Amino acid sequence: MLVSFRRIIKMGWKEFSRNMGLSMATIFIMTMVISLATMLFILNPVSKKIVSDVEKRVDVSVYFEEDALEQDIIDAKTEIARIPEVKEIEYISKDQALEIFIDKHKDDPVLIESLTELGYNPFFASLNIKAWSPSQYEQVANLLETGSFKDIISKVDYYQRKSVVEKVFALTDGVNNIGLFLSVILGLIAILIAFNTVRIAIYNSEEEIATMRLVGASNSFVRGPFIVQGIVIGSIAALITFVITFALSYGLDVRLSSLAPEISIFNIFLSNLFLLLLIQLAVGIGLGVISSCIAIRKYLRI
Amino acid sequence: MISIQKVSKIYPSRTNQEPTCALDNVSFDVGEKEFVSIVGRSGAGKTTLLKLILANETPSKGNVIFGGKDVHQIKKSQLSCLRQRIGVVFQDYKLFNSKTAHENVAYVMEVMGADEREIQRDVPQILDLVGLGDKANNFPDELSGGEKQRVGIARALIHRPDVILADEPTGNLDPYHTHGIIELLVKIYSMGTTVILATHDKAVINKLGKRVITLENGKLIRDEEKGRFIC
Ligand SMILES: Nc1ncnc2c1ncn2[C@@H]1O[C@H](COP(=O)(O)OP(=O)(O)O)[C@@H](O)[C@H]1O
Ligand SMILES: [Mg+2]
Repeated sequence: MLVSFRRIIKMGWKEFSRNMGLSMATIFIMTMVISLATMLFILNPVSKKIVSDVEKRVDVSVYFEEDALEQDIIDAKTEIARIPEVKEIEYISKDQALEIFIDKHKDDPVLIESLTELGYNPFFASLNIKAWSPSQYEQVANLLETGSFKDIISKVDYYQRKSVVEKVFALTDGVNNIGLFLSVILGLIAILIAFNTVRIAIYNSEEEIATMRLVGASNSFVRGPFIVQGIVIGSIAALITFVITFALSYGLDVRLSSLAPEISIFNIFLSNLFLLLLIQLAVGIGLGVISSCIAIRKYLRI
Repeated sequence: MISIQKVSKIYPSRTNQEPTCALDNVSFDVGEKEFVSIVGRSGAGKTTLLKLILANETPSKGNVIFGGKDVHQIKKSQLSCLRQRIGVVFQDYKLFNSKTAHENVAYVMEVMGADEREIQRDVPQILDLVGLGDKANNFPDELSGGEKQRVGIARALIHRPDVILADEPTGNLDPYHTHGIIELLVKIYSMGTTVILATHDKAVINKLGKRVITLENGKLIRDEEKGRFIC
């Protein structure tokens, strides 16, 4: 048993190294397939992050009348916070609004100067409201319009932005759906290509497989070396992909850091190092072994 | 030991021509430790007959019994046990092209689970015996037709099978090597192995003086002890 196990490994390795050309071609295809799987794996958190970033930027602001009392606004805040759709609510007083403005435009002396010339604080006190999900904003806005404090509200700036907000969400939804669809299609194509490559490689050995059976080899003794080759090819392809992923994610990060500093592909790579290696090995070895087994099956019926 | 019972084999035609009847109601028995030659023109059905014994083809009618069991009732997964008891010299050699001569012969021992020491001892010996001691590390495409044939013979003998099926084992050999191989087969037979030799070589048959079965167009037309080749 142990003897034939060692033998099978040795035979598989010999076949692999003697058919270097074919082995290399198969490794190349496998590397592409595993790269694709890796890309889908990494792109998923990236696109999630982009979508959630966009979602974070959406909110509803309620501006209060010039003469609204601070206490009334605080009461309104408490009441709004009770609405189950509301996730977060923040009070920004007139002074804070001014401060934020000055802070934001401190490099623009013209604006600051005209503000001083104005002689008073032109900003309104406001409540900044975030809902749990984008579809709830409409509801929250409605409640504000009909609430007990509607008299002190100057304006709810949701309706002005409504169309923009909806477009953004339609877009992020679309990105997610198209991404999923493409992943499935590309994944299927990749698997088919990998499977076909292995099948062609084994097709060359069709006659030899028949002869092995005719001289008395059991099915598992015939299959064994091919499975070993599948494992070797899958592992090598996985390791190559791992190195490529490392280099690419590092290089991309350096280039992307000015554009989108909050998204770091390299960090995603680093924090998922072992999971990623595991997935790559699983895809490589799994595809190699399963394709070999399926491809060889029909030649064993002799 | 081997019993061919009313066996017919009809190959269906892949194009729309008539199917070929390769064997037509053939019956005979081969006893243990017997030497039988099967002769006939090319196309008479010799290879087909050997393929049926090896369960490489299934008969259209009749039964093939080997060691008390119907070869074609055995499950495909169990066939390896039967085949390990048979040594085959294929007419078209069927060597493993990606293995050297040494590895081709060793493969059969590996299949049987022989240990490495035995393999290293026996394989060079048998290669020497068929005159290929110096070609052990050549691949089949580095060998001549006759050399390939002798590797095939070595592969069929290496594991001391109960039965040897030799399909035109001298078809590509010069008279010198033909003589050597036939002598080898006779020697193995005299050591207690059943040999079934298919050939159309008149000189070989006439010198042997053993049982001869003659096929013609798939029919068994003659079965004689100490037969001769008659066309
Ligand atoms: N796989 C096959 N398909 C169809 N016809 C075949 C096949 N193998 C052999 N035959 C036919 O069967 C007949 C006997 O062939 P074969 O047994 O190879 O003869 P021999 O070995 O005596 O020369 C021939 O007419 C041949 O054409
Ligand atoms: Mg023939």
